[in-house]
Amino acid sequence: MKKILEVKNLEVSFDTYAGEVQAVRDLSFDLYEGETLAIVGESGSGKSVTAKSLMRLNPEPPVKYKGGQILFNGNNILEYKEKEMQKIRGNQIGMIFQDPMTSLNPTITVGKQIMEGLKKHQKIKGAAAKEAALKMLKMVQIPNPEQRFHEYPHQFSGGMRQRAMIAIALVCNPQILIADEPTTALDVTIQAQILDLMKDLQNKIKTSIILITHDLGVVAHSAQRIIVMYGGKVVESGTTDEIFYHSKHPYTWGLLKSVPRLDISKENGRLDSIEGTPPDLLVPPKGCPFADRCEHAMEICRKQMPPQFKTGENQYSACWLNHELAPKVENPVETTKKSPTQGGAKSL
Amino acid sequence: MLKYILKRLLMALGTLWVIATLTFFLMHALPNDPFTDPKLKPEVKQALRVKYGLDKPLSEQYIIYMKNIAKGDLGTSIKYPGRSVSDMIKQSFPKSFALGWRALIIAVVFGIFFGVVAALNHQKFLDYLSIIIAIIGVSIPSIILGPILAYLFGVQLGWFPVTVDKTQWSLILPSITLALSSLATISRLMRTTTLEVLGQDYISTAKSKGLSRYQIVWKHVLRNAIMPVITVLGPLFAALITGSIVVEKIFAVAGLGEYFVSTITEQDYPMIMGITIFYAALIILSILIVDIIYGFIDPRLRIAGKGGK
Repeated sequence: MKKILEVKNLEVSFDTYAGEVQAVRDLSFDLYEGETLAIVGESGSGKSVTAKSLMRLNPEPPVKYKGGQILFNGNNILEYKEKEMQKIRGNQIGMIFQDPMTSLNPTITVGKQIMEGLKKHQKIKGAAAKEAALKMLKMVQIPNPEQRFHEYPHQFSGGMRQRAMIAIALVCNPQILIADEPTTALDVTIQAQILDLMKDLQNKIKTSIILITHDLGVVAHSAQRIIVMYGGKVVESGTTDEIFYHSKHPYTWGLLKSVPRLDISKENGRLDSIEGTPPDLLVPPKGCPFADRCEHAMEICRKQMPPQFKTGENQYSACWLNHELAPKVENPVETTKKSPTQGGAKSL
Repeated sequence: MLKYILKRLLMALGTLWVIATLTFFLMHALPNDPFTDPKLKPEVKQALRVKYGLDKPLSEQYIIYMKNIAKGDLGTSIKYPGRSVSDMIKQSFPKSFALGWRALIIAVVFGIFFGVVAALNHQKFLDYLSIIIAIIGVSIPSIILGPILAYLFGVQLGWFPVTVDKTQWSLILPSITLALSSLATISRLMRTTTLEVLGQDYISTAKSKGLSRYQIVWKHVLRNAIMPVITVLGPLFAALITGSIVVEKIFAVAGLGEYFVSTITEQDYPMIMGITIFYAALIILSILIVDIIYGFIDPRLRIAGKGGK
């Protein structure tokens, strides 16, 4: 498979009054053609900043790209000027956001909002643009597209609006679709519909998807590969199977354990959670960012950043427990043969 | 929409009636009456009272007055005998209006422009500059600004006449004087709402489509940011028309503003009533017009107005 996006040692920070917040630290990952890659992590782990960095949507300043490269089709977009970025945004990379209630302009008809990208990037106008927009509305399965085309966002329900957002993001057939928590603001029955729709469209228009989420249920449903982020760093990456069943990182264990499960009853009847709070990225820790919350933490964890140990065919885990001299710790996550979605994994 | 406008007009008539009634009784509650000149003999005073119907009981006067205005007759002035109130309004209002609408356009156009420019340059030089101009604008009253402008541009530079004559040119200074504080208010409001809209999620969406900054501001920011400004336009217009009293004095405009004050001190009953009702109608009408415009700009209201759910 062809690599279309390569992120190499990306460093992103915010200038704030309190100092420099290092939101993303030494982040590297690849995205292949046609795959769905999930970036998972809790609030403040840097996942949204990463997503926005890929389109350079973070306001600069206060955001600074301090190092590394984002190679899109081999070109480093961090060196692009604003004008060049505009040609990529919406055209080669599309994005959908978390809250469909606020991501659409209330004073412009949905049809016009879909056509905007077409007019800008493909110079299509008038009837042809309308036709293309109607086709998109049909593709995202909005009933009565002819009528809906002329309606305003407030006449759409939440799920319908997210469909309209998907239509906007995909109207120029982008190579990458970035979905930043696309189902978080939707209710559970609509979530599955939107995920199915994204999968279906991915097959139709052959786009790669980067799915940003904190919801492991969503990930299990749609992603082939997973990156787990913590404290601005990648702590573990691998295929969905590897992460769900053979994780080698205590943070991933914590995430998996805190998912409510119907098939496994807890002794105390309580949901597990990870004790403590994420590190302060104003003064990021020298060693592993998770060390302070980790029950298996060793002396070295606080002193030195663990390297990415190869722990599976496609799996890398940044945890000293994988060093040959470390004590052996068993993955405490109970797994069943069933896929986690059937097991009732829903959300963190 | 038509039904909505009719309903609003009906409500406006009710409001007008309340205002007229209140003014009528408040006015008569003032001590003295129009004929207080000590030189007048009591018999003459009495004759005058009879002539203007002031000898009748108040309730009867009220009913007569209401009947007359229902017929569109505002009566005749006591101070300027033989001149009807409506004639005097007809004669002097256009002069106030000429100033008022010019001031409104200046205030709206420049206010919106400065506000947007300030917001787009948030916390940079242009932002601070517009804040300073706005503070000066609100804090200098027209009674000071007017003479300064007249002296600077009228007397020293000689670009404009210092009093209003028949030329368009002469209206510029008084219009600016009248507009400045409203301009400052609008630019502050516009700056705030623009900043708010710039932080909205749909602006990120617009950016993610690859639109340029100019396209984003023009198509996505302005229309949403302008709504609160439109809301204040009705009262603002009323304020500009009525607020012209000082400006009319400074630039010697024979407008309605002067009568607005003088009729009260002179207790010219029909004039007080006439001007109050006229201004009230004007304000109600301008608010109604703003509401209708609002419906055109904000689709959410337009559809609600149609009776849609």
